[in-house]
Amino acid sequence: MAKTVEEINEKIKSGKALVLNAEEIIGYVAENGIKNTVKKVDIVTTATFGPMCSSGAFINFGHSDPPIKMQKVWLNDVPAYAGIAAVDAYIGATELSELEDMQYGGAYVIQDLVDSKPIKLRATSYGTDCYPRREIETYITIENVNQAYLFNPRNVYQNYAAATNSSSKSIYTYMGKLLPNIGNVTYSSAGQLSPLLNDPYLRTVGVGTRIFLCGTQGYVSWQGTQNNPDRERHPNGTPLSPASTLALIGDLKKMSSRYLRAATFFGYGITLYVGVGIPIPVIDEEMIEYLKVSDNELFTEIYDYSVQRRNKPSYGRISYGQLKSGFITIKNKKVPTGSLSSYGRALEIANTLKEWIQKGSFLLSNPVSPLPFEEKINVLNILGRDEL
Amino acid sequence: MISRRLVLAFPEKIVTRPITYRLIKDFDLQFNILRAEITADIEGKMLIEISGTKKQIEEGLKYLENEGVSIQDASKDIIVDTEKCISCGVCPSLCITQALEINPVTHRLLFDKNKCILCGLCANSCPVNAIKLKI
Ligand code: SF4
Ligand code: SF4
Repeated sequence: MAKTVEEINEKIKSGKALVLNAEEIIGYVAENGIKNTVKKVDIVTTATFGPMCSSGAFINFGHSDPPIKMQKVWLNDVPAYAGIAAVDAYIGATELSELEDMQYGGAYVIQDLVDSKPIKLRATSYGTDCYPRREIETYITIENVNQAYLFNPRNVYQNYAAATNSSSKSIYTYMGKLLPNIGNVTYSSAGQLSPLLNDPYLRTVGVGTRIFLCGTQGYVSWQGTQNNPDRERHPNGTPLSPASTLALIGDLKKMSSRYLRAATFFGYGITLYVGVGIPIPVIDEEMIEYLKVSDNELFTEIYDYSVQRRNKPSYGRISYGQLKSGFITIKNKKVPTGSLSSYGRALEIANTLKEWIQKGSFLLSNPVSPLPFEEKINVLNILGRDEL
Repeated sequence: MISRRLVLAFPEKIVTRPITYRLIKDFDLQFNILRAEITADIEGKMLIEISGTKKQIEEGLKYLENEGVSIQDASKDIIVDTEKCISCGVCPSLCITQALEINPVTHRLLFDKNKCILCGLCANSCPVNAIKLKI
């Protein structure tokens, strides 16, 4: 039996849709079987709340009098990119403050905006006949700028590698602090709750898909950068290493810092925790096959981050079930594990999205266009012009 | 006579050696183990208070360092800000005494101060700065 997204939306509007989160569906299928589940369950909500460095926001400040063609822009002393028009800028999450270094940066500016805090705007320019002003210093809040929208080039990684450190010193990475002599392992995926692990071939997610983004409705705008779906897969369809990614967009003015949090990885830099929830329509039996997969059937690879190269040696494959148990065994040694992404907050997002759908305030959408599935990623070689 | 509160970290291979005994016997130090966590397969940690003359303490610590024990001053207190905490799970992987754990049912961070030996390993690890150690 197949269902269309339109039919599911009709059920949402009449308050008859059955929505489960991606954790609940596992037990439901085990109890009711695949055929019954397709008949009964209409939507499964998935979510993640993890550090996503490839994030940032576009802001249009409005025109001052006399006006300025902003060439260089700082928000709370964090440089923003202003090489677009006169009063547009993009503030990237990982940009560091010129004054406070790793204590403050782009992600903190974005969170402060969301929290309606005043932000110091400073800009310089060369001055033109139509934009004579050469300098400006003022304060803005999210309420008094024109548009402010989050536009994240790469979020919601479908699976991610786990990290450890075989060297004799602690190292500080984007996977957090890694203790010496394989002292700990960190990982970053919501596993069974993770959006793209529940729809491994992106059958229902594409350009234009409506999603939960940091507390409001947002959209999938494109494939994410480094989209790499052509990866080795488990028989259950899920990739065994980082694969698909999504570019996301949403209105910063409606977001909440409960689901958008600036963070600092000591010794590494600044990033943004982004809360994303994606509803998966239960269109057919095949979807149930993917949705019922649990942490014990989802795998990733553990890499040695003490090797400072693009390709790092592996300590083998491990299931999210084992990673989430708190300890794993590497070379006969019991090693504690820790997650960078928050499963608890992800579950909260999945349940919030579920409530929105149950209340009828969130409808599902068909993708306007599917995402490319043949893409591979390139590496950056250091070449002379004639070697191309 | 002075006292110092220290955190000692033992590499795996010397965990079982009776070095604490030698500290007392050879260096005449008063030695009080406030908390300890030594497991067979992970590095051991100990929060100690030692008392003695300045010279005795210096010599005792030098002996420990030569044995491969790393030493740091203990923090005075630790505060975990549960409002700020996003319950990720970064700090539990660094905490050898399991004072920090994510509850498997509620998925929230639990901090058991009684298990904490104030080693400070978790201090700068929290991405949202929810852990404060007083030094
Ligand atoms: S200071 Fe932190 S890592 Fe050390 S024992 Fe206490 S809670 Fe655990
Ligand atoms: S690292 Fe920080 S946010 Fe994560 S669980 Fe520990 S205290 Fe909470």
